[in-house]
Amino acid sequence: MNFPILSSLILLPTIGALFIFFVRSSNSQYQSSKYVALFITLANFFLSLYLWIIFDKSLVDFQFVEEREWISGFVNYKVGIDGISILFILLTTFITPICVLTVNATIKNRLKDFLIAILILETFMIGVFCSLDLVVFYLLFEAGLIPMFLIIGIWGGERRVYSAFKFFLFTLLGSVLMLIAIISIYWITGTTDVIKLYELGIDAKYQNLLWLAFFSSFAVKTPMWPVHTWLPDAHVEAPTAGSVLLAAILLKMAGYGFIRFSLGLFPDASLYFVPLVYTLSLIAIIYTSLVALMQEDMKKLIAYSSVAHMGFVTLGIFTMTQQGIEGSIFQMISHGLVSAALFLCVGVVYDRLHTRLINRYGGLVSIMPKYAIVFMVFTLGALGLPGTSGFVGEFLVLMGTFKKNILVATIASLGVILGAAYMLWLYKRIIFGKLIIEDEKKMVDLKRFEIVTLWVLVLPIIFFGFYPEPLINSIEVSVANLIDMNDLDKINKLALGE
Amino acid sequence: MENLQLIIPELFISIMIMFLLIFGVFKKNSSQLVYNLTTVSLVAALALLINLDTQIQPLLFDNSYNIDSLSRFMKILLILSGIFVMLSSSKYIQISKISKIEYPILILCSILGMMVMISSNDLIVFYMGLELQSLALYVLASFNRDNLLSTESGLKYFVLSALSSGLLLYGCSLIYGFSETTNFNQIMVNTKEIEYGLTFGIVFILVGLAFKISAVPFHMWAPDVYQGSPTSVTVFFALLPKIAALTVFIRFLYIPFYELGDQWQMIIIFLSIASMVFGAVAAIGQKNLKRLIAYSSISHMGYALAGLSTGTTQGVQSSITYITIYLVMNLAFFSCLFMLKRNDEYYENIDDLSGLSKNHPLLSLSLLVVLFSLAGIPPLAGFFAKFYIFVAVINEKMYFLAIVGLLATVIAAFYYLRIIKIIYFDPEKEKFESKHNLGLKFTLVASTFFILAYFIYPSGIVDIISQININ
Repeated sequence: MNFPILSSLILLPTIGALFIFFVRSSNSQYQSSKYVALFITLANFFLSLYLWIIFDKSLVDFQFVEEREWISGFVNYKVGIDGISILFILLTTFITPICVLTVNATIKNRLKDFLIAILILETFMIGVFCSLDLVVFYLLFEAGLIPMFLIIGIWGGERRVYSAFKFFLFTLLGSVLMLIAIISIYWITGTTDVIKLYELGIDAKYQNLLWLAFFSSFAVKTPMWPVHTWLPDAHVEAPTAGSVLLAAILLKMAGYGFIRFSLGLFPDASLYFVPLVYTLSLIAIIYTSLVALMQEDMKKLIAYSSVAHMGFVTLGIFTMTQQGIEGSIFQMISHGLVSAALFLCVGVVYDRLHTRLINRYGGLVSIMPKYAIVFMVFTLGALGLPGTSGFVGEFLVLMGTFKKNILVATIASLGVILGAAYMLWLYKRIIFGKLIIEDEKKMVDLKRFEIVTLWVLVLPIIFFGFYPEPLINSIEVSVANLIDMNDLDKINKLALGE
Repeated sequence: MENLQLIIPELFISIMIMFLLIFGVFKKNSSQLVYNLTTVSLVAALALLINLDTQIQPLLFDNSYNIDSLSRFMKILLILSGIFVMLSSSKYIQISKISKIEYPILILCSILGMMVMISSNDLIVFYMGLELQSLALYVLASFNRDNLLSTESGLKYFVLSALSSGLLLYGCSLIYGFSETTNFNQIMVNTKEIEYGLTFGIVFILVGLAFKISAVPFHMWAPDVYQGSPTSVTVFFALLPKIAALTVFIRFLYIPFYELGDQWQMIIIFLSIASMVFGAVAAIGQKNLKRLIAYSSISHMGYALAGLSTGTTQGVQSSITYITIYLVMNLAFFSCLFMLKRNDEYYENIDDLSGLSKNHPLLSLSLLVVLFSLAGIPPLAGFFAKFYIFVAVINEKMYFLAIVGLLATVIAAFYYLRIIKIIYFDPEKEKFESKHNLGLKFTLVASTFFILAYFIYPSGIVDIISQININ
């Protein structure tokens, strides 16, 4: 392993950002900056695609590991990927160019700064998914707050200041406890290197408190009920690209953290807190679905649906079964695609009518047929219709849950029905019905770049719905290894009294 | 007398003070020249200090003067900050019409006093240094004598500081009475047993020192003095006395009274928690940037004290790292403040920053970096400063302190975010001048770059500091 491919992945967007920062654009429209950003993010996508191809899916070990001394004698800069992280990296590098494409229509001022913020954010996001050291992970996990705070605050809607502050302070408050836990782990075990920690294990008597500290951070970020309230605000006020990044990738950092750290480092504590996670997840699934039904703002509805979907993710992870964890990962990838697509769809009509209120729309099918088609695909993806990627994830999660606890699985299944209810109702209210509102009639159908961005998302949603094998194949070995290594199966059997 | 060559930097500064005083009196209109000469002599003192061979013996003059690795590092830090303060504030002094020959000379006096404080290994030497720096600072605080706020701050600082000096002196006399010596090393030998008088002495001295670094509850002077003094003096207040006082804190706690750790540890923990929390909460309502930074520095001193309270070498090193990074951040912040100038008038209210990012994108970007760093958000330098502190604190199992400290960070983040909000999210106002002198620009660029790029090679400073041994 000579070429530091992961570090290049991490650094490339920052280099692009520096380039945009230092090179003066010739015209006021910053066309060239846009092309630079698009080029860099696409290059990053192809690089990660190449990484996925050369990645050996049959190996359990972390691959492409790079290690360099960083804070001498204490923390090493260590990155590496396994089957789980590679998917999240792919998701990140896939979504970011789409975000860059949306800036044309949505960002009216300070485009250059916006592109820089997105590129820097991409660096942090990729870094989070491949860091193999707790301190490096924390650093990048937190650092993402800065660009996101600015994205919401500078380019956001009316209540952007409130939302940006809420987002920042909620997340920061959750994370500081994780920092204490990380430092404690260092003093307990003498290392913050994740691979070494996997081998060493952490004494069971420390695990519960440490687990809670990590949980406080991940629960806010996921977000889990009752600390989810920052998400609807942040989503509603953020510009389209910001909402897309937030829903598609930033939320996934927490799910990834649950798998990598909560399960990997504290298996005993994870088992101990299973009832807590189940309860919170079920509340998230049922309660936020009901809340979503009542929303009048499209973005808010999708934001609450995100909370519900992430409820399935946490539920699946803490079943600690092969199907449950695989389903959660699949659900996260699928939700990344679908929610990104839904926010883009909202962005499309918002750019035309400048309102997100559902009752201001209706009957769009007669003037925007192309839009109606793609929106339908995403709606069906969000409610988990068989044949879309949303189905596979939810199905696997429910299967894993059924193995463990039939009651929980039954209640969670109700959430699927509620999901269908609010999504279909949303679709009905916006697309069908009569075209009554006057200024709606002037709306034009999808422009070329919108068709490109939306169809790029339609394809994987349907493809992975019919053929989930490439994704499952990539995570299978890593998940099985995670379960074997921590004896999660054995723990499960003990819990069941076998 | 053979040790004189080991205190050449101090001697050089003393000679320069006398020379510049005479020179300034005899040469008409030489204030700018004296100012520049002061800067040059600080650079020369720095060169002398770096070239000094301290390997021979650290203790001089009957063990009353210590030039070990700690004092060497702190003095370099002190003089470097002094140089940057001089570079960044030269224009300010001219425009606010306080450009008199006494100004730079008083700064030199005060730096000399701080150097003596840093090196002191004896209560009397320590008190001498303290008074030398304080007397110079009283005058500096009220230097803008036509300004009501400035005279008020000078007087306030004088009265309160005199009180704390009195307490400190009383503590010194108690310790002398119970240990029969004023020498730090000798005190350690003579105080194997705890006596009430001794404990009282420690407490009084800690009160005096806490006053100097404005730790809660001895912080009352700081907001008024920071706000009232000319900004060039405020930046001096915010940086240099903290270095000197923290060094004395370290020396005092870790040489004579190291064995009595259980006597002072609770006090330091209290000072630390109170400062962190109070600094964070009180800054929220502030409208004046200088006042706000006063509360912010109170809070930052709390973190530095948290490192000290551990009673370990690692804790001390983390405190020294913290103060180093703190200095750079404050230097960058004040450099930004010096740039808020329009028609020969300086602006220092938070509202004046409104929409700054539209007219001055680069200045706003540096402020953004500095403020996020002050808030301790990774990957900026401020995060690492706090990180080292918490590593040391948690190693001693002081979880309560760590959790309170981190929660205070979140509260503090709010008011830093508020400034960022005003800079980036609010509507723009009139433009500020964009022409600045080279020294100011250099200070800002260098310090911002340090904050931004610190994470690339964090080991550099840690390695230097880890070579400092206290005992």
